[in-house]
Amino acid sequence: MVTQVTSFSRSGLSDWLIQRLTSVILLAYFICLAGILLGGVDYSAWKAMHDTTAMRIFTLLAAMSLAAHAWIGLWAVYTDYLTERMLGPRGHVIRRFCQLGTVLALVIYLLWVIQILWG
Amino acid sequence: MLQVSIYRYNPEVDNAPHMQEFEFDTEGKDLMVLDVLEAIKAGHDSSVTYRRSCREGVCGSDGLNINGKNGLACITPLSETVKNDKLVVRPLPGLPVIRDLVVDMSLFYAQYEKIQPFLKNNSPAPAIERLQSPEDRSQLDGLYECILCACCSTSCPSFWWNPDRFIGPAGLLQAYRFLADTRDTATDERLSKLDDPFSVFRCHGIQNCVNVCPKGLNPTKAIGHIRTMLLNRAT
Ligand code: SF4
Ligand code: SF4
Repeated sequence: MVTQVTSFSRSGLSDWLIQRLTSVILLAYFICLAGILLGGVDYSAWKAMHDTTAMRIFTLLAAMSLAAHAWIGLWAVYTDYLTERMLGPRGHVIRRFCQLGTVLALVIYLLWVIQILWG
Repeated sequence: MLQVSIYRYNPEVDNAPHMQEFEFDTEGKDLMVLDVLEAIKAGHDSSVTYRRSCREGVCGSDGLNINGKNGLACITPLSETVKNDKLVVRPLPGLPVIRDLVVDMSLFYAQYEKIQPFLKNNSPAPAIERLQSPEDRSQLDGLYECILCACCSTSCPSFWWNPDRFIGPAGLLQAYRFLADTRDTATDERLSKLDDPFSVFRCHGIQNCVNVCPKGLNPTKAIGHIRTMLLNRAT
């Protein structure tokens, strides 16, 4: 069986399911935020809402979903276009480089969210 | 006058491919694209090279890119494809060109081979044949008719980018043909081989395959069935 160590779960089915699940979580989160914003909030109410444990967990969940979703999506894009077939012998190097950059960005982004929420 | 533009490439003498122009008089007849190619080969330039055999959409050997859309030259009438008297014929995209309109199908066949396109059943064979009910047999309709012309797989961007790892619509349609066959007992083994990130899951539902299949088959739907089978098996 062809497995790809750099894919999210190494299973096409799991990646596919996670991609769908995380998109539902993200949709729910952004609808929720949009609803609150459209309802009109001031700064103190906005901050109080984000200080509740439930909202913190929801935000963290959304951030984790975004990271997983972005990784699976970008991994597919990179393995389509940044390959030896498309770019010649340097393709693999360029792909590893972009994958590394993406992982770094996503990890920093996640840590930053955690720091904002609990810092 | 029909302006015919044909992709020419002979690796023995050409450094790069080029398009060759021909003027062709259809005498008002609605010919098939293959008829035009035959007439050009007979009357204009005998070196124009392409594959053909049955000339009636059964053998699947004259799959070509005709005015930008893949199809069988023998059953594509000019009236269906020609606008402004222009006919542009190129080889199927994404596969290496051997000469002119002839492509190397090895990658395509390698994917077909991967899905093990034969019945697997370990139970002892009955005296005469393995019978199927008419209902079970009808599960194979829309699957077995594929003639492996490669029009679908070579119109699929996912197959262009990963022809060595994504099985492609033609192979997957046949994979489902054996998954759906009640006489085949290797369902689990077959599914296990498809559960990696490339074989099936590189399909993003673009549906180019459905759009071009000269047999009117629907690989995207078959791929959806495979995905559902994988999901049901795992949950
Ligand atoms: S599914 Fe259709 S287009 Fe694809 S190989 Fe079979 S007959 Fe050709
Ligand atoms: S539906 Fe899937 S197999 Fe068909 S052309 Fe699109 S990506 Fe390729």
